[in-house]
Amino acid sequence: MIEFHGVTKEFADGTLAVDDFDLVIPSRKTTVLVGSSGCGKTTLLRMINRMVDPTSGFVDIDGEDIAQLEPVKLRRRIGYVMQNSGLLPHRKVIDNVATVPLLEGVPKREAHARALELLDTVGLDRSLANRYPSQLSGGQQQRVGVARGLAVDPNILLMDEPFGAVDPIVRADLQQELIRLQQELGKTVVFVTHDIDEAFLLGDQVVILEIGAHIAQKGTPAEILANPANDFVANFIGSGRGKRRLTVDASVTSSGDDLVLVDGAGYAAGVVDAPRGVIARPDSGSKSRSISNKTDQAGDA
Amino acid sequence: MNLLFAAFAFIFDPANLLGERGILPRLVDHLLYTGLGLAVAFVIGIPLGLLIGHTGKGRNFVIAVTSSFRAIPTFGLLLFIILFTGLGLWPLVVVLAILAVPPLLAGAYSGLESVNRDTVDAARAIGMTEWQILFSVEIPLALPLILGGVRSATLQVIATATIAGYVGLTGLGRFLIEGLALHNYTIALAGAILVAALALAADGLLALVQKLVVPRGVSRGLTRSRSIRPKKPTGFRVMAMAPTKEG
Repeated sequence: MIEFHGVTKEFADGTLAVDDFDLVIPSRKTTVLVGSSGCGKTTLLRMINRMVDPTSGFVDIDGEDIAQLEPVKLRRRIGYVMQNSGLLPHRKVIDNVATVPLLEGVPKREAHARALELLDTVGLDRSLANRYPSQLSGGQQQRVGVARGLAVDPNILLMDEPFGAVDPIVRADLQQELIRLQQELGKTVVFVTHDIDEAFLLGDQVVILEIGAHIAQKGTPAEILANPANDFVANFIGSGRGKRRLTVDASVTSSGDDLVLVDGAGYAAGVVDAPRGVIARPDSGSKSRSISNKTDQAGDA
Repeated sequence: MNLLFAAFAFIFDPANLLGERGILPRLVDHLLYTGLGLAVAFVIGIPLGLLIGHTGKGRNFVIAVTSSFRAIPTFGLLLFIILFTGLGLWPLVVVLAILAVPPLLAGAYSGLESVNRDTVDAARAIGMTEWQILFSVEIPLALPLILGGVRSATLQVIATATIAGYVGLTGLGRFLIEGLALHNYTIALAGAILVAALALAADGLLALVQKLVVPRGVSRGLTRSRSIRPKKPTGFRVMAMAPTKEG
């Protein structure tokens, strides 16, 4: 569990990036911090591994004030995945994945064996192990980045817009992969993005941030979609523009078990299950994820 | 032309190789001056350049100071120092070091500055210490530019070490000075050729070292050409075929 207590960050140039921020990030769940550029979300993320130290307030991990911990030690037990992978260009894929275990004194043979397993975990062919990062595609590099983040088997995985720089199809692929990984591994994932669809797809808890890292709303995707706290949230998630307020298009006669949905502007946005023309009632266990999938073309790919 | 032949004849005459005034002992001395000057400059210039490049601090100050060093006439400075210290090896080493510090320093800090900041940030974020970042990320990636600085410093020092001959020392510059003093231009030219040959040899050697130590994956050309090469022929073929279709 990661807790922010009254955290404020003012940079040397006077920018107030984070203003009195409180949040509890539950263990073994994915929490997504989402907001426009400059809202302070990356600063928040980097406070968890002490890449940024708060001006005031404190951050706890499992009840321990991290300001008391040695930054290097702290960082080595937290996975970090960034945009553009941040791989070391002069080291082979396998050495990149094994970087931190090797620093920690794990014997090379053992670290390499584990790195190969991690390549399997993130869905990369082992034959790529001896390539250099520049010989991989953007999506493959991101997977290597994730494998490196998992190399020390950390409890916490920080992801800073990890899929921001890849094309939509690869992004959708990586998102699904992350969902699968998270089901297997159950890490405490803190994920930063500016893409609200990505936030709703991946997040168990979604935190929508305004400038200064003020929390506009936090909750499950379903809670936020059902009850946007204010106009800012409504606009941000798109319901204000009618993008997510879908209605059944009565002009299309249903021929199968699906009804066509249209958004506020009248464009076809998806379909909804309707066996024999009757909209199925969602059972209590259904996840927002599946709804989001239905409306998100890329998510299905 | 005869002068040139005579100069080469002088160089390749075995009688001129050894002995107190021979080519070999003077070459050894020349290399000694060069090595000492470079070593002193290295000890000052490289750590300072790495410090500036790693921290990003003090850059403007150091650029101002080192570029003012470049403006100092080396020979004048040497005579100036000798006025106070008398003749000896160390005044020469000091001026050669002053000459070599700016390129070494510039190579080191511009090399570190050329390393992608995201790579360094990621290295820090996964838990590398500052020393580990410096030695296993920044320096390997900066090696091409650092060695570029070493090459340019070496060339300048080899060329300038000829002035040793003017201040009671030897080195290959001695041939130039003796030749000019005796109006024996054959010997003077031979000295000039020897210095030039030494400079070229050193540069070639360092170029080879540069090729060998630059880590794979950094020299992007290698990795890129591999993926581009198969495509090239098809591209050319399409271009070549297009006019025939029209015709």
